[in-house]
Amino acid sequence: MSDLVTITVDGVEVSVPKGTLVVDAAKRIGNDIPVFCYHPKMSPVGMCRMCLVEVGMPMRDRATGELMMNEDGSPKINFGRGLQTGCTVQVGPGMVVRTNTAVVTEARESIIEFLLSSHPLDCPICDKGGECPLQNLTLAHGKGNSRVVYSDKKKMDKHVPLGDLIFLDRERCIQCARCVRFQEEVVGDPVIRFHNRGRSLEIATFSDPGFDSYWSGNTTDICPVGALTTADFRFGARPWEMTPVATISPHGPAGSNMTFSTRIEAAAGGRSVIKRVMPRQHELVNETWISDRDRFVHHFADAPDRLTKPLLRKDGELVAVSWDEALNFVAEKLQGAGTAVAGLSGDRVSNEDLFLFQNLFRKGLKSGNIDLANRRLAGGDVAAQVGIVNETAYDNPQRLGAGDAILVVASDLHEEEPIWWLRVKQAAERGATVVVLNVRPTRLDESAKFAIQYVPGTAVATVRQLLNSAKVEVESSDNELIAAAQALVKAQNLVVFYGAEGVTYAETEAIARMLGNLLLVKNGGEGHVGRVNNGLIPVWPHNNTQGAWDMGVHPALEPGYKAAKAAGLDAAAIYAGASSGDIKALYVMGADPVGDGLMANRGQLDLLVVQELFLTETAKLADVVLPAQSWAEREGTFTSGERRVQRYYPAIPAVGESRPDWQILAQVGERVGMGKPAFAASLVFRDIVRAMKAYKGMDYRTLAQVEKQWPDVGGDDLYYGGNAYENRSGLGQQWTITPPKEAFAVLDVPETAVTGLTLVRAAALYTPGTLNRCSSVLAPRLAQPTVLLHATDAAALKLADGDRATVELNGAAVQAAVHVNGATPAGVAVIRGVAYQPGTAVAHISKLAE
Amino acid sequence: MAHILLRHRDIPGIHKLDTYQAHGGYDALKKVVTELSPDEVIQIVRDSNLRGRGGAGFPTGVKWSFIPKAPGDKYVIINTDESETGTFKDRELSEKNPHQIIEGALIAAYAIGAKAIYNYFRGEFMDAGYAFEEALKEAYAAGYIGKNILGSDFSVEFNTHFGAGAYICGEETALIKSLEGELGQPWSKPPFPAIEGLYSKPTVVNNTETLCNVPPIIMNGAAWYKSMGTEQSSGVKIVCMSGHVEKPGNYEVPLGITYRELLEMAGGVAGGKKFKALLPSGGSGPVVVADALDAPLTYEGLTSFGSVMGSASVIVMDETVDMVWAARKMIHFFKHESCGKCTPCREGTFWMQQVLDRIYAGQGTEKDLQTLESVANQIKGKTLCALGEFAVSPVLSTIRHFPEEYRAKLKR
Amino acid sequence: MIAEKYAKEIEGILARFPSKKSAALPLMHLAQHEYGYMSPEAMREVAEILDLDPTHILSLSGFYSLYYEEPVGKYVLEICNDLACALRGADEFVEMATDKLGIPVDGTTEDGLFTIKTVMCLGACDRAPMLQCNLKFEEHLDEAKFDLLLERLRSEANTGSSDTAVPTKILSYAAKK
Ligand SMILES: Cc1cc2nc3c(=O)[nH]c(=O)nc-3n(C[C@H](O)[C@H](O)[C@H](O)COP(=O)(O)O)c2cc1C
Ligand code: SF4
Ligand code: FES
Repeated sequence: MSDLVTITVDGVEVSVPKGTLVVDAAKRIGNDIPVFCYHPKMSPVGMCRMCLVEVGMPMRDRATGELMMNEDGSPKINFGRGLQTGCTVQVGPGMVVRTNTAVVTEARESIIEFLLSSHPLDCPICDKGGECPLQNLTLAHGKGNSRVVYSDKKKMDKHVPLGDLIFLDRERCIQCARCVRFQEEVVGDPVIRFHNRGRSLEIATFSDPGFDSYWSGNTTDICPVGALTTADFRFGARPWEMTPVATISPHGPAGSNMTFSTRIEAAAGGRSVIKRVMPRQHELVNETWISDRDRFVHHFADAPDRLTKPLLRKDGELVAVSWDEALNFVAEKLQGAGTAVAGLSGDRVSNEDLFLFQNLFRKGLKSGNIDLANRRLAGGDVAAQVGIVNETAYDNPQRLGAGDAILVVASDLHEEEPIWWLRVKQAAERGATVVVLNVRPTRLDESAKFAIQYVPGTAVATVRQLLNSAKVEVESSDNELIAAAQALVKAQNLVVFYGAEGVTYAETEAIARMLGNLLLVKNGGEGHVGRVNNGLIPVWPHNNTQGAWDMGVHPALEPGYKAAKAAGLDAAAIYAGASSGDIKALYVMGADPVGDGLMANRGQLDLLVVQELFLTETAKLADVVLPAQSWAEREGTFTSGERRVQRYYPAIPAVGESRPDWQILAQVGERVGMGKPAFAASLVFRDIVRAMKAYKGMDYRTLAQVEKQWPDVGGDDLYYGGNAYENRSGLGQQWTITPPKEAFAVLDVPETAVTGLTLVRAAALYTPGTLNRCSSVLAPRLAQPTVLLHATDAAALKLADGDRATVELNGAAVQAAVHVNGATPAGVAVIRGVAYQPGTAVAHISKLAE
Repeated sequence: MAHILLRHRDIPGIHKLDTYQAHGGYDALKKVVTELSPDEVIQIVRDSNLRGRGGAGFPTGVKWSFIPKAPGDKYVIINTDESETGTFKDRELSEKNPHQIIEGALIAAYAIGAKAIYNYFRGEFMDAGYAFEEALKEAYAAGYIGKNILGSDFSVEFNTHFGAGAYICGEETALIKSLEGELGQPWSKPPFPAIEGLYSKPTVVNNTETLCNVPPIIMNGAAWYKSMGTEQSSGVKIVCMSGHVEKPGNYEVPLGITYRELLEMAGGVAGGKKFKALLPSGGSGPVVVADALDAPLTYEGLTSFGSVMGSASVIVMDETVDMVWAARKMIHFFKHESCGKCTPCREGTFWMQQVLDRIYAGQGTEKDLQTLESVANQIKGKTLCALGEFAVSPVLSTIRHFPEEYRAKLKR
Repeated sequence: MIAEKYAKEIEGILARFPSKKSAALPLMHLAQHEYGYMSPEAMREVAEILDLDPTHILSLSGFYSLYYEEPVGKYVLEICNDLACALRGADEFVEMATDKLGIPVDGTTEDGLFTIKTVMCLGACDRAPMLQCNLKFEEHLDEAKFDLLLERLRSEANTGSSDTAVPTKILSYAAKK
């Protein structure tokens, strides 16, 4: 590439892209210029002065512009005046950098000494001790003695809660501003900043509530000292006592790569426990960040109310029994029910679980009555044909920017999958055109060039209009939708997200297909399917909804998207069948239809089996409850919304007698005559690859392969140390789409717009649920039921901001706080903090007496 | 000789528009917008050899020529932050001769194609800023500011702004941040303000006094300006005389004058006492002693005398002054004013203050003195902006010239 | 609420800049004038007017020394005792002034009228000793003139006139155009 610039660092040449900073260039050849304030994911500020180096440029004759030469024929280098910060200086042709001279050594010693002159000497009790860049760089570059009189040290506050989640030790802070810049520059929540000046500079917040951001935990990772700690980890363990175990987010569809830090604890009876979660670098997935939900949700794994033994209903009571007794009972009853059996699964469990689940029904019980218990979003089959194609370079990945476009339909990315929100926001900052279609404003609108709101219930019509406008050539238009459509088709790269906010399942099916067609539109260009950085991303409700589609947990689609010969009953029909008696036996895995309001009671069922972590509302009604292991206790794979199959690993021992879901299913399968059960998840995965052709070439070994990623943020080196875990356990593999030969046929869906005030359920990151509720740090943050109204609608209902009201939701009455704001469109009542409700409904809201 | 900058001393009431106009006020602006191209204006200022009077001494015309010619928003900022200890010239100009500053800034704006001018006053100069605002109103009303100035297609807005107590906001990038409503912390250059300044747009930051020189240069020509001062240091400079002098105040002098002459103008050392030392640039320059009194006040000639031009604020100290006390005052100043952004300045000034306080209190040891000197040397060359550098000089220079005064205070 | 009370002035200030945030310092001067110091509500009000997070205003008020985060007296006497002034008797002047009012530096008189602070150079070294009282300079001071000043301020406080100080300046600055 002509854009490469070659420089020499301590005599070693390195060629890097134009614009690269000296510290990053040196890093490429293993020269770790020490840094504190610099972070490769943020713009440089040159404030800590740790990276001072000598920088020289070739001298040129003023008159002729020719390079000036030494007698030995080497170019003359001018080292200018003094030292420069390697983190702010960009490489230039012929640049010579010296990092090993006496002046540089003196500078490093000086800066370390200055930093330590105010730093407390509390490494022995500091959370960061052992993985602290200040500690590491002091050992590497410090002088080893201190000249400050201890009583001269600045005394500052030590246990300052910046919010519920993050604590600050002001004495330890070295004023690098990484945390402040992360909040402002990276995630756009500037809720912490410097207060005072000079040596009194301190991190503070005056926001209400304090340090409240979906990203706050990341500041504790990037803080180069132990100044910022999380409420649940501080004083919890020393870094060197902990074992890192790779895992994947059990919540969001992006498949964020994370690492557990585990430790064996006497208090836990000598068992290994999860002490914290940190991001694991994956430049194509979550880079080096995770949302607070992903960081703090793991507490459900060691919740005290986990199920530990199989339970069987005897004389009306659920009593603990042996696995054999429970499994024999289940197998016998299932077989006894003939074809009147059905299975409903959640979409958080692994591919292995989901595959064996449908196998048990299709192969063992000869029933196609399987579906997701709480299906919201269609289009796995569409994504299989026009899904996004990730790029493969980990070294310097291409990211969307100027000339590219992103469309987001019926989804609030900030609440549903913050990592994707961040990705879109950053693409917009690099110049990408963002188009948002929704019934209400969302945070992403701040980044959008077109933020278009449609009338609730008209999503399908709106997307159809967008698609039609994209098909024709229009010079310019005042109509936002037309202008947006033109921007989308004309973009170099196009990525489309769609979700299920305010739309029914049937509508999402139509929307997915139309968006697929949008990606296929050529309109003079080459279309947007099959190329790197183009394609569809369904904003799945959970971490493995894509996997559920791939595995054939669908009444009409077998594994690998093969159409079933005869479609089984879908979830709605299964619920109806349970209530009418057409279904005799129901097997529920990792889902709570009763708690979610999808099933009122066990109806006419003869058998209800629930395989779960907790005694959910559904489990309470069951005949058999089978205790499953959480994802932290076992291994398996999840498939992300970008079709990346990724492995997670066992971090803690099984709780009680719980077993992995796939194993339980295999053992039931053996008892219904399916032969010897698989004894390892990796073997189940082998069977998956046989059935799901797109997974070809994958196995547990290939999924665990890694590549060198840049920037280098993990590892044992001193550079950027401690901020994320290096990825040593697998980057996963994205499965390849098969582009369709022709456009998707779009089904007709009934019009769902209602007249009058329309109720739409909005997502919230911390929606109360089985997992979120278990985390003591997340519990206070759970979104409380709130109904948002436009002032005119509120007035008509005689409601004021701060009132409480009853709202009819899925036929039940929910109490909610009333929030009147200018942002909610007139005619729409947005409700958040409540269980999922599809589509739109007429809003029935009435004021609650005091 | 009549004043060129402190003209109010010769012409009472020149702060009023009509008086200013009666004495040739705004003729330079007229000449510029009707007769000269922006490039010609820049060339005249370049030829005049006018250098920045804010301290750094950068050639003004050259600075203006760095502004990209491409269309787009550009800004001129007048730096009236004036917070250096011992400096009080820009305040006098703003209160007493505001129209000349306005005219100078308008010419600068014309030369670079700026769409707006901001005059950044330190917050404490509410009075001076208010006086300046009165002049601005007059100039607006007279059509010197606003749309299509004097019938030309040159249009510019002009506003004053107030800081709120922070010496660092005199540093140009910190000033810009402050004007943007941020913490007044400097940024690491590049980018230079000429390329990415206020609101990330090309910006010229000039000192008040610098701009005050511009109208007479336009009217009388570069050669006239160069006829004053020395070959390399042209023109006139306002020197702020303070401390132990009989007549403290501002003195407008041709460059090249010596400290001895300045001292005489200010009536000599107060009370007939003996001269001991002076600070040549407020707190930020090194102390110089009697053998530097014949140093010529020029950009090029002072270094060999161990002195600097800086803002030319001369603080005179007589024989009674305890130099450790004086150094301590200055360290307290810099420690108080350090913005805290970069490590050596933030930590170094704090540390120096602690040690110096101990020495001054008679509790210091020989080791403290060594530490003080070495900490000062450790700051040098490592800070993000010049403030850290400034903080070092009063300490190192007093140790160099008056080591026995430090020794005398050490604990035995 | 300054937003209502000074609607016109705020509009005038905002009109000066292409970016709202730039109005932060002037609006904080205004809010401090209204509340006597940068009280929490003063900070929140400014933040709201400018669509900024309140943390931003807290950050500014801590950085800039003219904003007070703790309540102060009605008249804040900020005496410069930096080097140039100190050479002309500023330290002694501070001593005299604190003795006279019976408060230490940074203290406030019991009647809530006066706070004394020492400050860095105010750019009036040729007129030392000097002080600024609510941003108005009082120069060439000595004990007698200080007595007169206190007398004037006390009577001002009684009559409610507001000659001294920012208020008028800030408001007229804000009202321009
Ligand atoms: C710590 C510091 C304080 C400064 N204070 C001032 C000041 O109060 N007034 C000023 O005009 N320049 C000041 N400067 C210099 C400015 O950064 C800048 O060079 C100057 O305003 C440019 O104008 P000029 O070229 O007309 O001198 C200061 C610089 C530093 C490093
Ligand atoms: S708290 Fe940590 S990340 Fe934030 S400025 Fe201090 S040292 Fe840096
Ligand atoms: S100044 Fe370069 S890493 Fe901090």
